[in-house]
Formats: sequence, structure tokens, C-alpha cells
Amino acid sequence: MTAETEELAEQRLLEIRTSPHIRSPLATPQVMRGVLIALIPASAASIYFFRIQALLLILTSVVACMGVEALCQFLLKRPISVGDGSAAVTGLLLALVLPPGLPLYYVALGAAFAIIIGKQIFGGLGYNIFNPALIARAFLMAAFPGRLTTWLEPFTLKVVGSVDAITKATPLALMKFYSEPTPLKNLFFGNVAGSLGETCALALIIGAAFLLIKGYMDWRIPLSYLGIVFILSALIWKFAPGSGSPLFHLLSGGLLLGALFMATDPVTSPVTKTGRWLFGIGAGLLVIIIRNWGGLPEGVMYSILLMNAVTPLINRLTKPKPFGAAK
Amino acid sequence: MKRNPGIIVDFTKGLWQDNPVFRQLLGMCPTLAVTGKALQGLTMGLAVTFVLVSTGIVISLIRKIVPRQVRIATFTVTIATFVTLADRFLAARFPAMSAALGPYVPLIVVNCIILGRQEAFTSKNPLLPSLFDAFGMSVGFTWALVVLGCIRELLAYGSIFGQSVLGTSFEPWVVMALPPGAFITLGLLIGLMNVIQKKKEARGKE
Repeated sequence: MTAETEELAEQRLLEIRTSPHIRSPLATPQVMRGVLIALIPASAASIYFFRIQALLLILTSVVACMGVEALCQFLLKRPISVGDGSAAVTGLLLALVLPPGLPLYYVALGAAFAIIIGKQIFGGLGYNIFNPALIARAFLMAAFPGRLTTWLEPFTLKVVGSVDAITKATPLALMKFYSEPTPLKNLFFGNVAGSLGETCALALIIGAAFLLIKGYMDWRIPLSYLGIVFILSALIWKFAPGSGSPLFHLLSGGLLLGALFMATDPVTSPVTKTGRWLFGIGAGLLVIIIRNWGGLPEGVMYSILLMNAVTPLINRLTKPKPFGAAK
Repeated sequence: MKRNPGIIVDFTKGLWQDNPVFRQLLGMCPTLAVTGKALQGLTMGLAVTFVLVSTGIVISLIRKIVPRQVRIATFTVTIATFVTLADRFLAARFPAMSAALGPYVPLIVVNCIILGRQEAFTSKNPLLPSLFDAFGMSVGFTWALVVLGCIRELLAYGSIFGQSVLGTSFEPWVVMALPPGAFITLGLLIGLMNVIQKKKEARGKE
């Protein structure tokens, strides 16, 4: 050993740092890239089913989110961090929860709302209370209820040579208002009307599996969320067969997209493990209540937003006690 | 506070620095509820102006003969009298506006701005400063409501004071006519006021 390396070794031995001492090797850009990759199947499926309309919607939303984020950070004199991919993820998620055929002006407006009101007002990434993509959808839903509930039929269901686009109700609306069930096979592969990303369950599951294997996603929230919906809808189905089977409830609407990609947002969900179980259970309960007894056919968006709102409370409630600490 | 420059400050503090809506966050109930249209906001502002100024005159004049123990009851009865006058006047002369404002005119009775000004200012000050204070607060309240009403009406109906601005091709933002629109607009305006105020203070220190 030369004198130099010896000195270096000694330096490392005596080095003192403040906590945290164990750092996760995962960095924000890496996780965001992972989420973007995981959303490729769902985006591809939406482009397959809704063609150019889906493509334009996705492009508009992603570009608008990134542009507004850069502009916001420039005006607020914050470090410009568009490159970390979080704005792109917000943009893509927003596009996936919007109905195909929505005029692009509204998409851009929603994207601006997601970034400005949903994120930058609170201080940027990591400080926002609500999932930005969902808060933007809630805003668009409240601002333009007609536009946000006009659903196009997938391209694949269209008769060749017919009109350009046909509107059709979503499976949940068909079930709730017309007692008309949708074949599970169509729900699984996505051959139904709905927002861009919610139609194809298979694509969502593939993406989520990738995230789980990579360790980018916590399994507790999706499991408890989907589990509660499954159990409760099975119970209700037993007594009221018109309410839809548990599998129908799992595969229809935005439940999979919400449970796998929105509820698991690390910024707006609890940090403790117990808290994550509580989060999933609460969101699942809300979905079942809204779907069965609410005025709207679907309740995933509001269930996640409401649970986002109580996340700080859940965190405080489930704070681990330091070992040996006095009461 | 008793000299002329003091009187001017009594008036101007309500406009900006101690603006009842944006700085003191008082009177939130009418602020959020009736600002769906600019004209409604203006009417509410004028009704509050009438009540605040009239009550201010009365309370300031009788401040020395009212025992401390019953002062709140005295304030409330005085306020309720003028609110009833304003409410009946609106119902008689502007029935449509009265119906649009609904219960929010009678509810001026419990508006914190009015009770707060009596407790904090008029019950301790002579007539003239009280009058200036009441006018300042009223104008501050009214401009806040009118600005809120203009923004919300513009986005929710494409018009300002009933005059179409954005034309027929504009698709209204339904949300701005609803309670969430009030909260969003108010929150953004308060944030903007805070930013401006902070910049002002920073400049004052330099």
C-alpha cells in the first residue's frame, strides 16, 4: 500500500456524515424512466384502439406538461428539472385518463392545470398533495362535464365504411344505467369505450409487472385496493346480481390504471407500510361506495384524490415508535 | 392616530395592507358564495358597505354609554337592524338580485368583518376615524369581491357584468361558477397578494 492510498483509506474511516446513512440507489430520473417504460403497453394499446386521436392526445399532453413545467420553473427561478421525467409521466398519465376525441385545447389546459395548480404551486415535485394528473382530470371533469363524459367507440368495433366516430357509453355506465353487461374478454383486451389507458387491462398488467419486478412500485397499495374492491363487489353481487361481478368491477373503468399507476405515486401515498394498507383499503371502499350508490358510474379518480387528502393523517397515525422511547 | 395623516391611513389600510378578504381572510362566506358573477359581488360589496358604515357611525357614537359586558349584544342588534334594512331594500327594489343572493344578504349579520371592526376599532375610536376605517374596509371588501366576480364570470360565462366578452365560440368553464372555482380563484389571488406584499416588504428593507 502506498502512502497515498493509506491516507485515503484513513480518510474514509474517519469520515462523518449526517443521516440518512443507507441510501437507495434509485434516483428520480431512473424511476420516472421506469414508469414511462411501464406505460408503453397501455399507450400502445390506446393508439391501436383509438388511432390518431390517441396519439395526438398523448403527444399534446406530454409536450404541454413538459413545456409548462420548464416555463414555471424558469419564471419561479427554480432549477429547471424537466429532464427528470416527472412532468412527462404526469403528461402521459393525464392523457391516459382522458376520453379519446377530447379537443386538444382542453388537453393542453388540463396539462397546464396539472403542472401549475397540481404541482408547482405546492413547491414542485415531492411537495404536491394530490396526484397532478388526477387533479387535472377532476378539474376538466368539473369544468367541462359534457366533454369528459363523451366516449368514443374503439376503432376496432367500428363497421368498415361507417361514420368517422361513434360515441358509446363506458361498460360501467352501461351496467349502471342500462343493466347491460360487457363481455369480460372485451374488458381484458380493451375492446370497449373508455378513456385512453383504461380500456386494455392486459397492457396495464404487463406494465405493472415490469414495475414490480424492477422494484419501482410498492405492492401493498394495489393489492389492498384491488382486494377490497374484489371482496366487496363479490359480496354485493351475491345479494344484488345486477351490480356486476367482481371480475367485471376489477377490469372495468379506471380501476386497474388507478390502482397500479396512480395510487402508487410515492409522493401522494403514505410512506409507512401500514399506512399503505390503509390507503388501499380506504380507496377500495370509496370506489365500491361510489360505483354502487353514487351518482357517477365510476369513482376511481375521486377515491384516490380523497385518499391523497388524508395521506398526511395516515402518515401521522402510523408513525413507527422509536424503540424504547417513553410514551 | 387622531391626526389627519392617521385618518388617511385608517382609510387606506383596508384597501390593501389589511384588506379584509385577502389579508385578514374575513367574510369568506359571501366571498366564496356570491362571486359567481361580478354584479352579484358588487351588490354584496355595496350592501356590506352600507351596513358597515351605518353600524360604525352608531357604535362609535354610543361607545361610551354601552357597558362592556353587553357590547357584543349591542353590536349584533345594531348590525341586524341595518342588515334588515339592506335586505328589505334589495327585495323591494331589485327582487331579481335579492333572489340571486338568497340567504347571503341576511347572513351579513354574522359577517366577521363587521363585528370585528366594531370590536377592534369603532368601539374605541371617535366618529371620524371610525367612518374612515369603515369606508376603507368596505371598499377593500367590495373591490375584492368584484375582482373575484369578474374572473369567475369571465371564465364561467364568458362575460363581465353581463356583457359578453369572449364571444359565442367560448365554451364556459362550468367549474368556475361552482364552489371549487371560488376556492381556486381565491387561493390564487391570495397567493398573488402575498407575493406582491413580500416583494414590497423586501424593497422597503433595502
